[in-house]
Amino acid sequence: MTTVESDTVTQLSAPRPPSLRTTTRARRSERFVDGWHSFRQSKSGVAGLAFLLLVVLGACFAPWLAHESLLDVTLVDNDLNEPPSWENPLGTDPLGRSVLVMLLWGSRISLLVGVAATIMCMFLGTLIGILAGHFTGWRSAIVMRFIDFFLVLPSLVLAIVLSTVLQRGMWTIIIALGVTSWAGTARLVRAQTLTIEARSYIERSIALGASHRHIISRHVLPGVMPFIMASTTLTVGSAIIAESTLSFLGLGDPSQVSWGSMLKLSLDSGAATAGYWWFVLPPGLAIVAVVLAFTLVGRTIETMINPTLRAR
Amino acid sequence: MSSIKPSESAAETVVKEDSEVRPSNSFWSYLGRKTGGASISLIMVVLLGFFAFRVLPGDPVTSLTKGKQVTATQLANLREIYGLDEPLWTQFGLYLSNLVTGNLGTSYTFRAPVATLIAEHLYPTLLLTSVAAALSISLGLWVGQRSIAKRGGWFDRASTAVALTLWSVPTFWLGLLLLMLLGGGLQLFPVGGMVTAGANYTGLAYVWDVTRHLALPVTTMVAVTYAQYMLVLRASLIDEMSADYLVTARAKGLRDDLVRRRHAVPNALLPTVTLVFMHIGGLIGGAVTVETVFSWPGLGYLTFQALTGPDLPLLQGTFVVFSVIVIIMNLAADLIYRALDPRVRLS
Repeated sequence: MTTVESDTVTQLSAPRPPSLRTTTRARRSERFVDGWHSFRQSKSGVAGLAFLLLVVLGACFAPWLAHESLLDVTLVDNDLNEPPSWENPLGTDPLGRSVLVMLLWGSRISLLVGVAATIMCMFLGTLIGILAGHFTGWRSAIVMRFIDFFLVLPSLVLAIVLSTVLQRGMWTIIIALGVTSWAGTARLVRAQTLTIEARSYIERSIALGASHRHIISRHVLPGVMPFIMASTTLTVGSAIIAESTLSFLGLGDPSQVSWGSMLKLSLDSGAATAGYWWFVLPPGLAIVAVVLAFTLVGRTIETMINPTLRAR
Repeated sequence: MSSIKPSESAAETVVKEDSEVRPSNSFWSYLGRKTGGASISLIMVVLLGFFAFRVLPGDPVTSLTKGKQVTATQLANLREIYGLDEPLWTQFGLYLSNLVTGNLGTSYTFRAPVATLIAEHLYPTLLLTSVAAALSISLGLWVGQRSIAKRGGWFDRASTAVALTLWSVPTFWLGLLLLMLLGGGLQLFPVGGMVTAGANYTGLAYVWDVTRHLALPVTTMVAVTYAQYMLVLRASLIDEMSADYLVTARAKGLRDDLVRRRHAVPNALLPTVTLVFMHIGGLIGGAVTVETVFSWPGLGYLTFQALTGPDLPLLQGTFVVFSVIVIIMNLAADLIYRALDPRVRLS
């Protein structure tokens, strides 16, 4: 008997009990590995992710793949509106620049604006959504009214107004898109916050004297995080479409090439009506492919979180 | 930009019932609450319509005279003409009293009252969006319920793939493609405007002419919007199909087809109806780009002309009018929803 007891004692004391931080870390990495395994089950999700990695790599290494001077109208000496050839695989634009090079450089702005606007939108949406769900009574009513207002407003028209009034540029577009598109996320986060706060461990926490801040950061935020992740990937897609729309309307930074501004040039220069397909097709196809990839990845994450969606 | 997934909207309705203070159920108090909310939104639109244009950095007069040589006196004169030299609160009071009398200011570029311009351009937009909405709703619902008939079958997989792809397509690009193929290349359809310029058609000839001009813009809008309706209906049908009462219906010996159409679809329609009305704002946003591509003489095209100026009073006017239309449509949606869903009435 005594030997067994001492055995247990040594077993408990010999390796120091792991600290809270290491167990949390271990649990997180385990969860991550689990998540990856179930993500890998979806063929379309993996395909989307692989394609996105490729595009991001291309965008990052654009300066090495094609020098920036190839975008300078004064330095290129190609014919204008030249159909695809060996020299210029996707032809040239109405100013004589190679469409392929423009496509490569355009991906930088489109991705950057899409991701940055999404981060802003997610930040605002999460913050306001949690506040609306966590607090009750008149405070929640005011926040809800605010959310409903932004949900109803035609966001593209508001974004147009903001980017017209503010200084033209990339940051204006990011702010305009972020400010106008958070309401949907806020509603989703609020709904999740309400379901989480109905659980009894929150009640226990309140009974133990936890502050609002503690409950929000330790219990609610980790609970809504998976939903935010799925929503983020889906939002990046629509942010990229919205960015191209604003650039297409001429609200982007005129000195930078983006997929939207290429399409604007194709309408303005009459390339579309003249049938110069090599300047109209590639930017649009690039947008569709990237947005579709984000949608596929987002849907896969959504299915991982919400098992009732499986087998759809 | 928010993409509404069925799971969200389902969760929302549940949460709504649980969390909000139980109000009294009478029709009048429901109407009162919804109208109250809508009027608060209207007030916020009016405020935003003013302050977005005055408080944010950027001087309208400098942007108006961009690229032109002007003296300081000319600038001051322009400020006086447009009332920009007054203190902010005086300007705000003037804006409010003008708004009440339906005066939205004078356009910089058209040199005409904004209210008149908007009234002239309202009808083409209403025509375009209502035709597009009617077609895309019917197409979306038909494909959605058809695809669930054989889940995982070829029609289901093909229609989901097409819908997802179309969902990723920027509206204006699809418009450009159609313009290039059918308008410019094959010359099957006119490339812009609402009627053939110079032709004075009357009666049926006029209707036919407008229809021909309507074809490409409507196709563009339908292709981009029907996918959402279809995907949402499909998803809520999948949720609905496993419900107990459908097992009962099938056990009674009803044909699968009837079970789906008579029992499942009416219930699954609810989230779709909400979505349809919530996306009216998106539809109007789409009108801006579609009308720009096809130079359709509606409010969207007017907005585009206002932003290229930039013609701030005109832009302000279109923003306020667009928002008011959307808020009123949403109010209507709330009322229709109550009529459709007994749970809202009886809860």
